[in-house]
Amino acid sequence: MAFQAPTETYKGVIRQADLAGVTVGGETAFPFHTFEGDMPNDPKVAFEVWDIAPDDWSPTLNDVYGDVYGDPIAWTKKVVGEFGADLVYLRLKSTDPNGAGLSAADAAATAKAVVEAAGVPVIVVGSGDVEKDAEVLKTAAETLSGHPVVIGNAEEDNYRPIGAAAMGYQHAVLAFTPMDVNLAKQLNVLLSQLGVDEGAILMDPTTGALGYGLEYAYTVFERDRLAALAQNDAKMQMPIVATVGQEAWKAKETKVEESELPGTGDRKTRGLMWEAMTAVSLLLAGANIVVLRHPESADLVRKAIASLKGE
Amino acid sequence: MALSGLQIFKLLPKTNCKDCGFPTCMAFAMQLASGKAELSQCPHVSAEAAAELGEAAAPPVRKVTIGAGEMAVVVGEETVLYRHEKRFEHPPGIAILVDDSVDDAAFQQALETFKGQQFERVGQMLRAKLFAIESADAAKLAARVKKASDETGAGIVIMSEDAAALKAAAEPIKDKKPLLYAATSANFDAVAGAAKELGVPFAIKAATLDELAELGEKCVAADYKEVVLDPMSANLQDALRDQTYIRRAAIKKKFRAVGFPTIAFPCRMTTDPLLKSVFAGVFVAKYAGIVVIDTLDPAQVLPLLILGQNIYTDPQRPMQMDQGIYPLNDPTADSPLLITTNFSLTYFTVAGEIEASKVPTWLLVMDTEGQSVLTSWAAGKFVADAIAAFVKKSGIEEKVSHRKIVIPGYVAQISGELEEELGGWEVVVGVREAADVPRYLRSL
Repeated sequence: MAFQAPTETYKGVIRQADLAGVTVGGETAFPFHTFEGDMPNDPKVAFEVWDIAPDDWSPTLNDVYGDVYGDPIAWTKKVVGEFGADLVYLRLKSTDPNGAGLSAADAAATAKAVVEAAGVPVIVVGSGDVEKDAEVLKTAAETLSGHPVVIGNAEEDNYRPIGAAAMGYQHAVLAFTPMDVNLAKQLNVLLSQLGVDEGAILMDPTTGALGYGLEYAYTVFERDRLAALAQNDAKMQMPIVATVGQEAWKAKETKVEESELPGTGDRKTRGLMWEAMTAVSLLLAGANIVVLRHPESADLVRKAIASLKGE
Repeated sequence: MALSGLQIFKLLPKTNCKDCGFPTCMAFAMQLASGKAELSQCPHVSAEAAAELGEAAAPPVRKVTIGAGEMAVVVGEETVLYRHEKRFEHPPGIAILVDDSVDDAAFQQALETFKGQQFERVGQMLRAKLFAIESADAAKLAARVKKASDETGAGIVIMSEDAAALKAAAEPIKDKKPLLYAATSANFDAVAGAAKELGVPFAIKAATLDELAELGEKCVAADYKEVVLDPMSANLQDALRDQTYIRRAAIKKKFRAVGFPTIAFPCRMTTDPLLKSVFAGVFVAKYAGIVVIDTLDPAQVLPLLILGQNIYTDPQRPMQMDQGIYPLNDPTADSPLLITTNFSLTYFTVAGEIEASKVPTWLLVMDTEGQSVLTSWAAGKFVADAIAAFVKKSGIEEKVSHRKIVIPGYVAQISGELEEELGGWEVVVGVREAADVPRYLRSL
């Protein structure tokens, strides 16, 4: 007997966001369900760049970036030129009041230099300190006037100044919420009430790495996409950004030698698997942009994307 | 059409004889309704009732067991497409492929590696439990199947196109429930007959879902229950479609012909070794019952097993750590003492940050039924009297010379009461976020 293909049709569509030459989103079905809908734009791979040298990254990453730590321009050129980054995710870590605590003006100047060197769209994020980020990102948005970027993270407690600055200087906004479907929607609503164009919002619903809460992120992403597609919830149809690299490479398994974790194999392989499996799982759940760190896991992720799309 | 528990109950004998293994007919009916039990467990049900219940009572995806004892892999019994709708039931079995490209020395090495390879995580032992053994040579197939089963106890997927070879290889280990792989439209009767005779499960494979459904129909008609499906997807794109269609058809359309778990061969969809494992991860997330890989590299097997554990965690029952004292970075009697809850994510995050800080630290982990700090505080579990009782009986007073305990910043409000309850202890309010723990520890 013939197999009746149980296809589903979705009422909603993911918004297509045009980020200075790179387009994400636009899918009319669940991720990679090309048998029942369109996925006009492949998910993109962004690379993380810091404006200061990290002191706690895995030796596997130090091997790749050791020569460009402290030189964000060289770092940017490396990820774009050598590793083929679709986007750059620039973290202005230098501004962290619990760390170097550098000024907003210095960080904004760095951001401008990185954007000019990148040649691909840039997502500019702060250190994660809610108060300082408001100041840093306001300054960055102004300094980057005329160079459209994505400004983030806008959170519940600082979305107003950040959203207003992004809007004023015509940047997109990255809305960050802590792993909760309702909070994600609420922040999108608040940003659009502020006047931010819904087509200029990306959402970061929080990433959990393999073994460290991946299942929570996986399910929140799936529920976000079901709300957007099956329920046609316009406030949930923004493309999703997943900060895979920063979470995956935080895992002990990506940092320590086999002597500290007997029977777990080569540290580098472990790290690549951790990052690539976290990324591909979250792509299946709905991520449109995965932010990665290692060029070899990025290659694996790109190959998986191509295979899932039948390319 | 699916019947409710109450509708099923009306058709049962209502004697509460317990012969089915459940305390009452009502309890059994509820299990039947949710696909957790089979009607055949009731020896007293009438033929008419059985006919009426037949369709409703069978689980949408049949349960299949491969292997025996500690190595038994149970798959199937799935009831949802998305884990938040209820939960995924059985993480896929990971099978290690040994085909004719593997020479005897490499085969022996694989057996040795397999035996010693297991990983403990969140109180569960994770490991690959299956070998998938393929050979065009019937004698070699039988010898390797027997050897792998005898030496490792692994469940075996026996792979051959030749029904006689499958039967000969399976016969000596039939009690270990090997999976015969596979019946096709060309050899269906012979393979299915052998499986029935030996009492073991078998796989059906076909290049299109139409053909696969035809074979599945034959299985349903002959009442073969322990069947595994291979849609022979040509590439990863087709595989996602096939796995999704099969799961949807079984669950949403109650299409019995594909109401069985699946087997997938990511190791044969690319030649790049690491990409094979990434592909395997796709099948772990997307519905495969058995995932066949061709490596025993622990750096690839471990993440794959953890992925299965993550995706198959019950969303309503978070993973929990054992309550107790966790020494991190070799603490001494003077080292600081922190306390948190036994929600596994809380533990992993806090312990990870402490380890990263390299500061020797005692971490007390309290059983809050797997709830996070704020949730368990709100639920009255992570509160002063309960914490005090736990600290006293934990044995930490023999490990540290000081009497100073750091509580999470989110429960600052309990510090005074906890100090009273503990008596003789100083309670210090720590940081709210795990990310701030290293800085905090270094400042102590």
